[in-house]
Amino acid sequence: MTQLAAPAVDTHCPYCALQCGMRLTGARVEPRQFPTNGGGLCQKGWTSGSLLTSPSRLTTPLVRVDGELRPASWDLALDLIAHKIKALQGAHGADAIAVFGGGGLTNEKSYALGKFARVALGTSQIDYNGRFCMSSAAAAGIRAFGLDRGMPFPVTDLGAADAVLLVGANPAETMPPFIQHLTNAARSGGLIVVDPRRTPTAEQATLHLQPRPGTDLALALGILHAVVADGHLRHDYIAERTTGFDAAWRIAAAWWPERVERVTGVAASDQRRAAAILAAASKAYVLTARGTEQHSRGTDMVGAWINLAMSLGLPGTPGSGFGCLTGQGNGQGGREHGQKADQLPGYRKIDDPAARAHVAGVWGVDPDSLPGPGRSAYELLDALGTENGPKALMVFGSNVIVSAPSAGAVGDRLSSLDFLVVADFVLSETAARADVVLPVTQWAEEDGTMTNLEGRVLLRTKALSAPDGVRSDLEVLRELAIRLGQPEERFPVEPETVFAELRRASAGGVADYAGVTYDRLRAGEALHWPVPSEDHPGTPRVFLDRFNTPDGRARFAAVDHTGPAEPIDDDYPLLATTGRVLQHYQSGAQTRLVEELLNAVPEVFIEIHPDTAERAGLAEGVLARVVSRRGEMKARVRHVSSMRTDTVFLPFHFPGEQRANLLTNPALDPTSRMPEFKVCAVRLEVS
Amino acid sequence: MNARRVVVVGYGMAGSRLAEEIRRRDRDGERTSVTVIGAEPHPAYNRVLLSAVVAGTMTPESTRLHDAGWAAEHNVDLRLGVSVTSIDRAARRVALDDGSTVDYDALVLATGSRAWVPPTEGLQTEDGSLAPGVATFRDLDDCAAILEHARPGAPVAVLGGGLLGLEAARGLAGRGALVTVVHPVGHLMERQLDPAGGSVLARTLGEMGIEFRLGRFAARYVQGDGLKLDDGTHVPADLVVVSAGVRADTALAESIGLTVDRGVVVDDSLRTSDHRIHAIGDCANHPMTISGLVQPAWEQAEVLADLLTGVDPAARYRGTPVVTRLKAKGVDLAALGDVHAEVGGDAEVLCLQDPVRGRYAKLVIRDDRVTGAIVLGSPDAAATITQLYDAKTPAPTDRLGLLLGRALSSAGPVAHSPADLPASSVVCRCNTVTKGQLVKAWRGGAATVPELATATRATTGCGSCTDAVCGIVDWLARA
Repeated sequence: MTQLAAPAVDTHCPYCALQCGMRLTGARVEPRQFPTNGGGLCQKGWTSGSLLTSPSRLTTPLVRVDGELRPASWDLALDLIAHKIKALQGAHGADAIAVFGGGGLTNEKSYALGKFARVALGTSQIDYNGRFCMSSAAAAGIRAFGLDRGMPFPVTDLGAADAVLLVGANPAETMPPFIQHLTNAARSGGLIVVDPRRTPTAEQATLHLQPRPGTDLALALGILHAVVADGHLRHDYIAERTTGFDAAWRIAAAWWPERVERVTGVAASDQRRAAAILAAASKAYVLTARGTEQHSRGTDMVGAWINLAMSLGLPGTPGSGFGCLTGQGNGQGGREHGQKADQLPGYRKIDDPAARAHVAGVWGVDPDSLPGPGRSAYELLDALGTENGPKALMVFGSNVIVSAPSAGAVGDRLSSLDFLVVADFVLSETAARADVVLPVTQWAEEDGTMTNLEGRVLLRTKALSAPDGVRSDLEVLRELAIRLGQPEERFPVEPETVFAELRRASAGGVADYAGVTYDRLRAGEALHWPVPSEDHPGTPRVFLDRFNTPDGRARFAAVDHTGPAEPIDDDYPLLATTGRVLQHYQSGAQTRLVEELLNAVPEVFIEIHPDTAERAGLAEGVLARVVSRRGEMKARVRHVSSMRTDTVFLPFHFPGEQRANLLTNPALDPTSRMPEFKVCAVRLEVS
Repeated sequence: MNARRVVVVGYGMAGSRLAEEIRRRDRDGERTSVTVIGAEPHPAYNRVLLSAVVAGTMTPESTRLHDAGWAAEHNVDLRLGVSVTSIDRAARRVALDDGSTVDYDALVLATGSRAWVPPTEGLQTEDGSLAPGVATFRDLDDCAAILEHARPGAPVAVLGGGLLGLEAARGLAGRGALVTVVHPVGHLMERQLDPAGGSVLARTLGEMGIEFRLGRFAARYVQGDGLKLDDGTHVPADLVVVSAGVRADTALAESIGLTVDRGVVVDDSLRTSDHRIHAIGDCANHPMTISGLVQPAWEQAEVLADLLTGVDPAARYRGTPVVTRLKAKGVDLAALGDVHAEVGGDAEVLCLQDPVRGRYAKLVIRDDRVTGAIVLGSPDAAATITQLYDAKTPAPTDRLGLLLGRALSSAGPVAHSPADLPASSVVCRCNTVTKGQLVKAWRGGAATVPELATATRATTGCGSCTDAVCGIVDWLARA
C-alpha cells in the first residue's frame, strides 16, 4: 500500500459545519486538537477516509447513450455539454441553463460556480441546496442584526455559559463533538432543548420542551411573555441597543403561557422555568437550527427566538449571544460568494448597482452583462422543463432528488429536462438520472477553504492525489467556460489563485475576506470574517459595539404565530417531522457507501408512539406505508414511547421508496424561500 | 363596489380583535371600512393580564393591546371616549354622545360585561357607585384602586372564590396583604371544580397565607372595619375586592329591541335577531359558549371577520371547548369539560388526591376520549391532557401515566451498575460503541480507557461517555 508512505496532513472533516480537525495519512484518519472538536470525532469523521478509497468512486465521465450511462472521454463529455448549452441557449435564451450548487463545496468552488453561471452562461438561474438549510436563519439574522454569520462568536465561548437554549437542534447526533461545549451549561442546570422529539440531545437537557411540530413561534412568544410577566426583561439593553420592542410585545402580550400551552402542548410552568433559567444565567446563549428554521414561516420563527434573546439582553453582549448552528460543511461560506440566486460574492446583493459594478470590475466584464436575481432553489427545481423554465440543469455537490421537498415532483421535473449534467464523486441518485456525469475530486484530493459555523475560514489541504480520470470542479468549469468562448485566464484552476480573486471580489462586502490568505491560514491564524486587510486580526465576535444596521441597533421583529401551512385532518391525522441520524449525512449519498455507517443504520425507519402505532396496526419492526398529499414512502416501524402521540419522525438520508422527502411540503417561506421540511400531514397504513 | 361599512361598538378584547382580524383579511380596506367606538378614553388593553398587574409582575402599560398609532396605521376610524346614545335600525345609523352619527352596513356589538355587585349592605352608595374601600376587578382603573390599598400587612377581603377572585387574592397575598376570600358556595371555583378538587385548591392557597370563608355570604360592609358575614362572624378589611361574577352588558341591545337572554342572542353566524347587527364576546349569548373568557371572543372575531370581509362566507362559529387555567403564581390548575362525573358512574373516571403536596388529578374518559379533567399541581399532565381534549384523539393506554404527568412515567429502570446493562446497550453514541464491544476489547487486552478508546473509539466523540467507560473498566477489573 503506497498510502502508508504518504505524509500526514492536517485537515478537516468532509462533513458538517463543525469542521472537526483531523489528520490524514493517506486515507487513514486520526482526530486532531482543534477548538471546535477538542480532539473528538464522531463515527462519520472516523470513517470518512474510506470514501477516498471507495470502490463506488467515479473515475471516468459517463454519457447517456441509448438510455444508458456509458464511459466516455472528458473531451467528448465536455464538448457535448458545451454543444447542448449553446443549442439550448440559442433556442430559448441564456436562462435556459440552470445551475444548482451545494453547501459542501469549498469557497473557491462556490465562487467559481457563481461566476461561471453569471459570466460564462449569463444565466440568472442559479441557486443551491443551502436554501434548504440556512436560508431562514440567514434572513432572520439580516433582518435583526443586519448581518448573517451563523455564530457571531467563537464556538468555544459556549463553554463558559451557564445556560444555553437549543431550539430545533440535535447536535448530539448531527455534530457530536459540539456537545462538549455545552457541558458547563448542562452541569449548571441550564441546558434547555426545544424539540418535538426526545432526542439524545434532549435527554441531556435540564429542561426539554416538546412542542407540537410547527408551533415553535407560539412557544417563543410564550417564553417572551414569561420574561416580561415575571420581571426578567432587560429594559436597559432594550433601550440602548434595540428598536421595535413595543410592536413585538403587543403580539407576545396576547400569548400568555397558558394560551401557548394549549397550542404547543408545552406546560405553562415549563415556559416560565425556561425564562427564569435564561434570565438567571450570568452568561447565556440562544441557538437555533433546522428544526425551527425549516418552516414556511421559518424566518419569523427564528425572528421570534431572536426577540427572546434580545429581551434577555444576550446578542452582542460579551459571553452571551444568539446564533444558529450551520448544517453543511461550508453552509456558511457557500452562501457568501455567489451561489445564491440573489447574491454576488462578499454577501452582496445582485440588484445593488454598486455591488454589480464592483464584482463586474473584478471579473473584467460589463456590469450590465450580469443577470439579475433568479429563482430560489425549490422554485428553480419546480420550473425545470416547464414552458418558461430552464431546459437544462447542471448540478454540483447536491443530490436534489433525495434532499428536495416533494421529491416525487422534483423527479418529474428532472425527467422533463432536455439535458441534465451532474458533477459528483459517486453516482448519487441524482447523478444516476443525468445525461452526463462528471467525476470530480473530493475533499482530501484538493486544496480549498471552508468557512465553519462560527464564521472562521479554514484551509483544507490536499492530502493525497485523486484517482486517474478525476478532475476538480474548477477544471471542469474552466474547460466548459473555454468551450463557451471565455478567455481561459478568467477561470483559473489553482484554488489559491481562485481564492485571491475571491478576496478581491468580497473586499468591502459584508462577508469581507480581503485579508485572509492561504499563508495566514497555513500559519494557523484563527480568522473569522470580516477580515478587511492582511494586517486585520479578524473578527471573532461581531456586534459587541454595534449591530450592522444603519443605526447600529438590533431590530425586534413583530411576528405572530399562524401555524403550519398544512393542517391535519381526518385523512391525514398525524404530523410528520424529518431529521437526521448520527451515522448519515444529508442525502446519504456518501455515508451510505461507508460499510460501518450503513451497517449501523441500513434503512429508513419511522418513530411512532406505541399507542399511535397500535391504532394504525403497526407492530414494531414491520414496514409502514406513510402517505401525504404529495406522495408515499415505506419505513420500518420503531415504537418510541417518548414520541408525542400526534407526531411521527423520519430521517431523510435514504433513496428511492425510502425518501422522507416524497412526503414533505414545498410550501415556501415568503422571505427566505425555505420549504416546510419540518412538518406535514400524513397518515399511516400497513404496507 | 363600495366597501361595506362595519361599525364596532366596544374597544375591548373582542372589538379590538375584530378590527385586527378584519384588517388581516382586508389590509387596504378595499372590502370594508371599519369604525370602532370605545367608551373609555385610553387604548384597548388586555384584561387577561390584569391579575399580573395586581400581582405586580406587569405594568399597566404592558397590557395595552395597541399603541397610539395603531388605528391610523391600520386604516381604522377609532373614536375614543365616546358612547353610543341611540341606534336607528331602519336608517342603519348610530348616534354618539359627541353629537355625531355613523352609518353602517353591519353593526357589531362588542360591549362586554360588567362586574356584578352582590346586594350586600354598604357596598354601594345611594347613587349606585361603590363605597370607599370597595373595588371591582374589571379594568385598569380597578387595578389602580386595588393597588392603592394593597399594602403589606393590610387586611383585604375578596368577595368571590371564582377564577378571577382567586387570581386577585393570590396576587394580593404575594404583595403581602392579609387576604380572606368569602365565597357563598361550599367549595372554590364550583363551575370548574368538583368539591374534592376545590378542597385541595383551598389547602394549597391556604399555605400561601390566604384564608377562606366558604359557604358564607357577606351581610354588611362597614368602611374602615370590614365585612360582617351571614353567620355573624367578622372579616377585617381595609379593602374589599368584589369578584362575584359578571353580567353581559346588554343595555344597548335591549334599548333597540334585540332578543336578549343571558346576553344578546346570536346564531352560528354571530347574528342577532336583526341580521344587520352582530354580537361577539362577553355581551353575546351563543348557545355553545360560556361567556367571560377571551378565547371564545377571539374565535368569534375570526369567524365574523371571515363573514364581514367575504373571505369565507361559509365560516360559522360552533362554540369553543373551554379549558380553564388559573393564573396564580405557585399554583398550576387546569380544568376542562365534564368534571362532575363520579367514579363508578357510566364514564371511566380516574382520581388521585394528594392534598399534602397540593396535587389533585381527575380524568373523565368516554369512548376512549378525554371529556373532562381537573389537574392541580401536575403541570406536565395538564399540558398533555389539554391537547388530547382539544384534538379529540384517543387517550393513551397508560391512563395512570397520563394522569401523573411525565415526571412519574419515565421509560425504563435505571441501571445502577454496568453489570445491569445489556450487552447491546450503546455506551458511546458518537461512535456507536456498545457495552458488548467494550467488554470484547477489554478481554482482548485493552485494559484502560485510552486503550479502549484506541480499540473501539469510545469516548473519542463528545467525550460525555468517559465516566461510563471508566465505570465499565472498574467493573471489569473487579469482576
